[in-house]
Amino acid sequence: MDLNYTKEEQAFRAEVRQWLEDTLPNELREKVRLGKRLAKADIERWHSLLHTRGWLAPNWPRAYGGCEWNAVQRHIFEEEACLAHAPRSLPFGLSMLAPVLLAFGSEDQRQRFLPRILNGQDWWCQGYSEPGAGSDLAAVKTRAVRDGDHYVVNGQKTWTTLGQHANWIFCLVRTDPDAKKQEGISFLLIDMETPGVTVRPIVLIDGEPEVNEVFFDNVRVPAENLVGEENKGWTYAKYLLTHERTNIAGVGFSNALLTTLKHVAARVNSGGRPLAQNPHFAARMAQAEIDLMAMATTNLRVVSAAAKGQAPGAESSMLKVKGTVIRQELTSLLRRAMGPDALPFQPDFLDGGSNAAALGPDHAAAAAPAYFNMRKLSIFGGSNEVQRTIITKAILGL
Amino acid sequence: MEFNLTEERMMLRDTLQRFLADKYSHENRRAMIAAGEPYDAGIYAGLAELGVLGAMFSEGQGGFGGQGFDLMVVFEELGRAGVIEPVLPAVLAGGLIAALGSEQQRGLVEEIIAGTHVAALAQGEAGSRYDLNHVETTAAAEGDAIVLNGIKTHVLYGAEAQTLVVSAREAGAATDAAGISLFLVPVNAPGVTVSGHRNMDGIPSATVALDGVRLAASSRLGAAGEGLEALEAAVARGLTAICSEALGAMEAAKELTIGYLKERKQFGVPIGKFQALQHRMADMLIEVEQARSAVINLAGNLDQPRGRREIHACAAKNLIGRAGALVAEECIQMHGGIGMTDEYALSHFARRLTMIDHLFGDTDYHLERFIALKAG
Ligand SMILES: Cc1cc2nc3c(=O)[nH]c(=O)nc-3n(C[C@H](O)[C@H](O)[C@H](O)COP(=O)(O)OP(=O)(O)OC[C@H]3O[C@@H](n4cnc5c(N)ncnc54)[C@H](O)[C@@H]3O)c2cc1C
Ligand SMILES: Cc1cc2nc3c(=O)[nH]c(=O)nc-3n(C[C@H](O)[C@H](O)[C@H](O)COP(=O)(O)OP(=O)(O)OC[C@H]3O[C@@H](n4cnc5c(N)ncnc54)[C@H](O)[C@@H]3O)c2cc1C
Repeated sequence: MDLNYTKEEQAFRAEVRQWLEDTLPNELREKVRLGKRLAKADIERWHSLLHTRGWLAPNWPRAYGGCEWNAVQRHIFEEEACLAHAPRSLPFGLSMLAPVLLAFGSEDQRQRFLPRILNGQDWWCQGYSEPGAGSDLAAVKTRAVRDGDHYVVNGQKTWTTLGQHANWIFCLVRTDPDAKKQEGISFLLIDMETPGVTVRPIVLIDGEPEVNEVFFDNVRVPAENLVGEENKGWTYAKYLLTHERTNIAGVGFSNALLTTLKHVAARVNSGGRPLAQNPHFAARMAQAEIDLMAMATTNLRVVSAAAKGQAPGAESSMLKVKGTVIRQELTSLLRRAMGPDALPFQPDFLDGGSNAAALGPDHAAAAAPAYFNMRKLSIFGGSNEVQRTIITKAILGL
Repeated sequence: MEFNLTEERMMLRDTLQRFLADKYSHENRRAMIAAGEPYDAGIYAGLAELGVLGAMFSEGQGGFGGQGFDLMVVFEELGRAGVIEPVLPAVLAGGLIAALGSEQQRGLVEEIIAGTHVAALAQGEAGSRYDLNHVETTAAAEGDAIVLNGIKTHVLYGAEAQTLVVSAREAGAATDAAGISLFLVPVNAPGVTVSGHRNMDGIPSATVALDGVRLAASSRLGAAGEGLEALEAAVARGLTAICSEALGAMEAAKELTIGYLKERKQFGVPIGKFQALQHRMADMLIEVEQARSAVINLAGNLDQPRGRREIHACAAKNLIGRAGALVAEECIQMHGGIGMTDEYALSHFARRLTMIDHLFGDTDYHLERFIALKAG
């Protein structure tokens, strides 16, 4: 065991830090720092900067324009990016679809889609969940019926994150309604500009339309957009989910949150002294920090144990449960730290790219919305209840 | 001991419950907020007509209630329905006017009870957080007049009020207990600028700038420099109100979740069949009952001497803060995605429960205060 970073790793960290300092536009940094909402163009801009440096796809093989970073390198990059208040890159194409195409797609599909993810031509969204298929994902009902060299798709997806910006959606569709439910599912790529696709936004508890319903009404999809074999989609879907969970511990985000929290608690006045000196609040902050220090190591232990470039197995469920609990606790503490200044709802400020003034000190406007928004962490990507069941079965053998 | 409500209170609760079940809905509130209306004036008039505002005041003050359990009965129902209309300011500012006002000032109470006048409490300031004694707004004598200068923050319903009850300092340093006075300030007085906004939970609020506001000495409410004690007593009543409201919101969130657990199917069975969720519902029920007891303790001690009253105020607010967070977070979690949508009523209850923790002292604040009171 050696907890020290090697010389090469330290050099890599310095390189990342320098690059972020030179490259991350101040406007984006400020938006992320203050918890403002990022517009589509902001995220595209960030992708394009990363792409120019060759750092957009940490997990992909070099042959396809990726970095082939190991777990420690990915961890270092994430940590630095979060501390610099860089936007998060979009996972849907980069770390969900791409691993599936690399493992199960045809070479044609890789050549067709992967470059477009890198150069920003395509914005992907994830069409897994349906109104009747949440935790029970294999219950998906959206039908795809083969008609010559097309599939005709009918049905509905829901909770589709940022689907309003997307031009492509990868979907789990039912191709064999008579088979056992896991065995009649296929993995289909659908161009959202095809006639018959409708997107309806859903406003969430923080006031933002972050997710959508996506309806399919006799949508004709070329059969070449099927990934892998027909009716084998469940295997690919599960493979994708383990990749979705690789970065699920969110250690970098939590580190950045903790830094913000300490900054705020040192400045906010509570009964004539800084909030950080309120023993109850200080104790909670310290506990969260202790949990996070351990989680950073748990995360590296689990992620490093997985074969190079591969996703970890059931152990990632631990990261999901504890990592999300820590992140939620930190957003809860930040909300509390703001005191009465967490009360106002300030969508104009949060949406504004401009200088619309906020009520209260820095970080006040986003504190409560972020707290509410982060409730999603324990719901999506397999709820924390589902993760505990995975631990129970796969690790404990109960 | 008697744990049942009096017949009058039961009647008030039942009529209020029926009125709100008939007339108040999450959909209407959402539409109203989307349309930029601060609240529904028709509903507010209806509440006044039912006697909801009158129940906030004692007979001597022109009402027919005014005790802790009157507040509790009313606010639990308001919380259960998610009402955002300005009943709380009647308890806070209205209560102060009724308790301290001269005969002429008390004339406002009648209008407040009738629902034709809103008076809002303007006590918070940028640096004050939850401390009522932290008052930097100044009140300086100039001849016969008093001149106010300062900025008041988080004035609930400030932009909808006609009158503000403002705490301002006539003597002493920023956090001294002595030297704070209360003033009745008409919002249209020269030098008053009210900027309204809406809070996370849909409730209208405002920032009030007082820039050389000249008042007659008769605008002072109560004795000069002795406002803090009355302010604290009024806030204890306000805490009773919002703790009861939180209780109602918890009950409503719990009911929605029980219903959903029975109806939502995954893996071919209602999700309420999963023990992982059942036990958490059971824990939630226990916590909500504990919260109810803490509110009863506060309501029953509201008219007791300060020490006893404040201990129960701290205990209730601390427990309600913890239980409220648990109920909000667990109900969302057990609903899954649907629990996070603006369209579904649960998210309103969750927001209100969470934001109540940010009013008049949160769980940590009241924990610390409880320890100090017990030690003292
Ligand atoms: C903000 C947000 C963004 C999302 N983005 C996407 C996206 O981009 N694409 C996409 O496809 N999906 C997305 N989702 C959907 C997400 O994956 C689902 O919400 C999740 O799978 C849970 O499904 P559900 O919401 O239907 O809840 P349900 O499955 O109905 O669960 C309700 C409750 O029951 C519990 N439960 C269910 N089954 C069991 C069991 N067997 N044992 C114990 N407890 C159980 C759950 O844990 C939960 O607490 C998103 C969701 C949210 C909230
Ligand atoms: C100090 C002490 C005094 C006692 N006094 C008396 C007495 O005076 N008279 C008397 O008759 N008995 C008495 N008992 C026995 C007591 O009632 C049993 O211990 C109790 O019913 C649990 O049974 P068990 O010990 O066989 O544990 P088990 O029933 O085997 O339970 C083991 C674990 O499994 C859990 N579990 C069991 N079933 C479920 C389920 N369906 N869902 C979820 N979890 C479950 C339990 O909660 C426990 O954690 C006493 C026990 C103790 C420890």
